[in-house]
Amino acid sequence: MSVIPIEYYLILSAFMFVVGVIGVFIRRNAIVVFMCIELMLNSANLALVTFSSYIGNPVGQVFVFFVMTVAAAEAAVGLAIIIAIFRNKQTVNIDEINIFKW
Amino acid sequence: MIKYIYLAVLFPLIGFLINGFFGRKIKSELTIGIIGSSTVGIAFLISLLAFVQTIQFPVEQRTNTVELFTWLSANGLNIKFAYLVDQLSLTMSLIVTGVGFLIHVYSIGYMHGDKGFWRFFAYLNLFIFAMMNLILGDNFVVLFLGWEGVGLCSYLLIGFWYDRKFEKGTTADAAKKAFIVNRIGDFGFLLGLFLIYQTFDSLNFQDVFSKAQTFLINENTFNLIALFLFIGATGKSAQIPLYIWLPDAMAGPTPVSALIHAATMVTAGVYMVSRASILFASAPTVMMIIAVVGLLTAFLAATIGLVQNDIKKVLAYSTISQLGYMFLASGVGAFSSSIFHVMTHAFFKALLFLGAGSVIHAMHEEQNIQNYGGLKNYMPKTYFTFLIAALAIAGFPGFSGFFSKDEILWYAYVNGGFIFWFGGAVTAMLTAFYIFRLFALTFLGNERFDHHKYHPHESPSVMTIPLIILAILSILGGYVGIPEIFSDQEGNLFKNWLEPVYKSAEEKLLTSSFHSHFEEVLLMLISVLLALCAIYIAIYVYTKNIFVIDKLKKRFVKVYNLLFNKYYVDEIYDSIIVRPIKIVSEKILWKFTDSIIIDGMVNGVAEIVNIFSEKIRRIQNGLVQFYALIMGVGIVLILFWIIVNL
Repeated sequence: MSVIPIEYYLILSAFMFVVGVIGVFIRRNAIVVFMCIELMLNSANLALVTFSSYIGNPVGQVFVFFVMTVAAAEAAVGLAIIIAIFRNKQTVNIDEINIFKW
Repeated sequence: MIKYIYLAVLFPLIGFLINGFFGRKIKSELTIGIIGSSTVGIAFLISLLAFVQTIQFPVEQRTNTVELFTWLSANGLNIKFAYLVDQLSLTMSLIVTGVGFLIHVYSIGYMHGDKGFWRFFAYLNLFIFAMMNLILGDNFVVLFLGWEGVGLCSYLLIGFWYDRKFEKGTTADAAKKAFIVNRIGDFGFLLGLFLIYQTFDSLNFQDVFSKAQTFLINENTFNLIALFLFIGATGKSAQIPLYIWLPDAMAGPTPVSALIHAATMVTAGVYMVSRASILFASAPTVMMIIAVVGLLTAFLAATIGLVQNDIKKVLAYSTISQLGYMFLASGVGAFSSSIFHVMTHAFFKALLFLGAGSVIHAMHEEQNIQNYGGLKNYMPKTYFTFLIAALAIAGFPGFSGFFSKDEILWYAYVNGGFIFWFGGAVTAMLTAFYIFRLFALTFLGNERFDHHKYHPHESPSVMTIPLIILAILSILGGYVGIPEIFSDQEGNLFKNWLEPVYKSAEEKLLTSSFHSHFEEVLLMLISVLLALCAIYIAIYVYTKNIFVIDKLKKRFVKVYNLLFNKYYVDEIYDSIIVRPIKIVSEKILWKFTDSIIIDGMVNGVAEIVNIFSEKIRRIQNGLVQFYALIMGVGIVLILFWIIVNL
């Protein structure tokens, strides 16, 4: 059984990351932006697992579990903020949420 | 008791602290007065005990230093807070605390009912504290501390009635004038101190004076040092050209005029010259300047005093004139005579001022002597003591002023020359005239005041008892300095007592021209006769023949106006110094330098920042994605840079 080469994982990870970045930059819906951020986080997780497995050191994989835990907590806080904004402004379009300026 | 001399300084300070901080809460005037007076009284007793102890020592051991703590210590400069207890400082501290105590007691009566009663006593005590530091200080820095301290107290007390009118302005203006004019003198004094430190590498009296004797130092350096110190003295002791503040200082309450502006503070300059006698003796040119300035001041101030109508103004010019005598004495090298005159002057001039205060008190703040007259029937004690003081200052034989003034005139003749004696003798005659003019217009003659408005009465005994004590001192004070010819001994008590302090200065001066006793008696007789004539004429003219004066006034109207307007010195100073300074300050320093340059720089910097930020703040548009984009671009650029550099 042939092993999938490490480059495949890394290219996938990089692709997911770039998708996430572009999504954060160009999408207007706060929920989508938020999902894109999660995507970037997961792509980083993937790279971490890959390298861990490649080197043969399980510490990286354990670390990923911690990252996922934190990500879950962060997702809860992030969604709560978005809901709070929606209650105030009746929208989640981030072009209209621009009150933090001069 | 010498060891505890610092208590004599400390007690007035305690009095100041108590009255200053809690005086407002103490309701009883008597309590405040007793605190204020007793602390000075205790200081007097301590000085007296130290004096008694010192006098029992042999002459060589009479100079003692009391070190308290190191005040400043920095890279070779080592200033100790120490007191020097010697013949000179003891004499001065006895005068200051003794006369000061009497004036404090007098003030209890004089200031009765004043809303600032506690403040007055607090200031007076602070003054005694500063003055004692000035006198007892063992180095120039402690002396300077006291020097500035008394200046501050003088300022505070001249402006004591800060809400009252005084001449063209308020008493606050007079206070400011005194302070600023003194500042000019102090500037000179400071320069003198710097020069002393540079030359002798020390500011301690004994160091400096012993080095001044032994070191080979250029006479020009000595001249400069002495000149700067003397400039300081002209400010504090009201000599030409800085005397103009003293007449205005009469805006203060009368006890202040007596204590600060007659008996003690204004003699600080004389004391300083006398203390640093060796420095002055090494600078013959400056000695000459001092003698001339002293004589001129004495003469000019006396002529102004002839025609003034304000009772305190006359006394103020008289004080300037007497201070001129003291500097004349210092200038001709008779340092002990100048201190002798400081002492007798403190007695009779304090008495004159306090007597004047008693009169002013009785006449409800009226100060114009043309509106007095015949007061001797209403206030006999004041009348009698004032007469004694007037006789003393006029140099009537047997009174204290006679001995001290005669000694000064004699030394002016011996060391200075005939012209100095003559100027001094004429001034003595003028002195006798103006003081008896004042006396006659106030106490003798017709009653010229409005009986419905004024009800003159004798002052309470808390005021008259100090007057009587001072009157006794004004008579007896001179007998410590009886001239050689009457006492059959070398020198006199006072002179021999102070002799060691001036020993080095006198060795340097070395004036040993021989003069016979005949000359001394002759000159004495002439000056006494002049004074007696002046007294007789003044009393006769101002009680019986007032029209003679009116005739003279009309005849010499120009001279009269010149004197009455005090030689227009205030006006001259105003137009050549004060006004140009004001114009330069306003037009150049304020309107140009401050408004345009400094404000321009400050506001300009802010304006530039403002312009830039106005542009830059547009970047912060509130769009999170925009921020993210910039951050992303930034990261890419940094990564790129790192990769390129690898």
